[in-house]
Amino acid sequence: MEHKASVLENLADVRAMIKRHKRNDTLFATLGLICLMLGLMTLMLLFWQLIADGHPKFNLDFLTEFPSRRAGRAGLLSAWVGSLLVMSVTFLTAVPIGVAAGLYLEEYAPKNWFTDLIEINVSNLAGVPSIIYGLLALGLFVYMLDFGQSILTAGLTLGLLILPIVIVSTREAIRAIPVSIREAAYGVGATKWQVVYDHVFKYSYGGILTGIIIGMARALGETAPIITIGALTFIAFLPPSPITTEPPFLNFEWLSSGFTVMPIQMFNWLSRPDHAFHVNAAATGALIIVVTLLMNGAAIWLRYKIRKNIKW
Amino acid sequence: MKTRLFRNTLMAGLIVQAFSFAHSAAAADKIIKIDGSSTVYPITEAVAEEFQRAKGVKVTVGESGTGGGFKKFCRGETDISDASRPISQKEIDACKEGGVQFIELPIAYDALTVVVNGKNDWVKQITVAELKKIWEPGSKVKSWKEVNATYPDKPINLYGPGTASGTFDYFTEAVNGKAKSSRTDYTPSEDDNVLVQGVAGNAGGMAYFGLAYYLENTDKLKAVPVVAKEGGKPVLPSEATVMDGTYQPLSRPLFIYVNATSAAFKPEIKAFVNYYLENAPELVKEVKYVPLPKADYTAVKEHFKAMKPGTGFNGTSEVGIKITDLLSRIK
Repeated sequence: MEHKASVLENLADVRAMIKRHKRNDTLFATLGLICLMLGLMTLMLLFWQLIADGHPKFNLDFLTEFPSRRAGRAGLLSAWVGSLLVMSVTFLTAVPIGVAAGLYLEEYAPKNWFTDLIEINVSNLAGVPSIIYGLLALGLFVYMLDFGQSILTAGLTLGLLILPIVIVSTREAIRAIPVSIREAAYGVGATKWQVVYDHVFKYSYGGILTGIIIGMARALGETAPIITIGALTFIAFLPPSPITTEPPFLNFEWLSSGFTVMPIQMFNWLSRPDHAFHVNAAATGALIIVVTLLMNGAAIWLRYKIRKNIKW
Repeated sequence: MKTRLFRNTLMAGLIVQAFSFAHSAAAADKIIKIDGSSTVYPITEAVAEEFQRAKGVKVTVGESGTGGGFKKFCRGETDISDASRPISQKEIDACKEGGVQFIELPIAYDALTVVVNGKNDWVKQITVAELKKIWEPGSKVKSWKEVNATYPDKPINLYGPGTASGTFDYFTEAVNGKAKSSRTDYTPSEDDNVLVQGVAGNAGGMAYFGLAYYLENTDKLKAVPVVAKEGGKPVLPSEATVMDGTYQPLSRPLFIYVNATSAAFKPEIKAFVNYYLENAPELVKEVKYVPLPKADYTAVKEHFKAMKPGTGFNGTSEVGIKITDLLSRIK
């Protein structure tokens, strides 16, 4: 009786407390929203400004013309082709190696101090400034292995750069697979490889893909390591075509060709005295953001599609 | 399964091919390789663009800076190196070690321009001594009044190029008497457009950079006429004053260094350099630099024809040297 009375007595206090907590909730939600908006609005503003400045160059000529001393005539052809070729080398090297390394570390590697050491190193590597990779690549690929200042060198450099990202995201994706799936597979007599390939890998495919695409998007915007290994700025011809009309229809000469990429053109145009070049730079910036957003969008869409198909 | 097999074969093939083609491709195609100063880049880009269009020979131009360019040049990786300052002793040694002989060719002038904010109405001219007072190492000048007692007591905000730049080297040499010696409490940027923005947004701002950046921003900035010696005439940087040698000591020659072996044995290099010197007067102007006087281009052409390797600078930089004197030093 007495107890009940005390609650009734404190009713006002309890109500005040609830009210206070609700207010705190609202306060935090508002703060969070402001923080989110701050980040988002900055990006939107930047993107909008790039579009506003660069829109006169949003035409096909900009993509089919080579660099030029005249801003009006200058285009991105050698840059976007260069970016595309470099990115394909990056993709073909970083993805198989990164995914395999992630699978090994997560599924096969014995848990001992050596594996721990590798794990710490991989995580740290993901945070190393990109210029360091450029210096490494200059010594290793350009001079020691004598690949020259080529598309191959650039692709391998960016491959190294995004390797930790691919490894870490592969491992995260694999970790999200419940142990029960593995146990069930072993239970019906599957071998280790069957478990890994048919179940673990297939179910974590979406997550792995997201990591790969985020890595590739980062590589697309990198300038520092590419300049370090000696990318060109003015190049008014394209590398030899990878596809030929004669057998064997494939040609690898492009790998040793000189190149330029989109961020380098943007950087160069931005540093010009003539303001007309700044329009080109803005248009290039907008294009890079659009491509990056598309890649990230593709990652989200693919992850959604793949998750939908997984039926445990 | 089939596609996986195909992909594996492709990967293996890719690696094998990459190794075997890394060397042969360069020889198969004639490519003129140029790298170096970002100041000289616009001129070389203009020449490369026209030469490629006219002669169909492929030309590539990089901009890893004068120092970065010489590194590659002295290893024999490039045929021509753009330079906004003369080759240094260290670089001469590196070239000797790499077995690279070079021909030094001045190709244009750049006028380092001292600028102030467009609203600055007190600075009508500046002497080199005043510049030194502002920029010398350890300078404590904080207000315009300290530069000249007749100026208002307004804070002076300094902007300048980063220490890796050739512009910095030349300005400090010309003003402070020693390359790379400068006060350090100014806002540096490797991007001249940032310096333009800085001075444009600051009533007491002051900076120095290449003439082209001033000419594109005359609405926001004011160039200050420079008095070389006490009692001399103030001179504004312009094509005329640079060409007749009166804009001193801040006009500097720009160079290309040509690999002598390439020039002698590769006809396309020879053709390119001749094309460069032939079309420089027009193209240099188009990208807003100052061409050499006609007689100097003739002298430079003769110099290249004679294929005299070496530098006229002896590994140091000099202020206010005449092109013809420079060329005659190389025997």
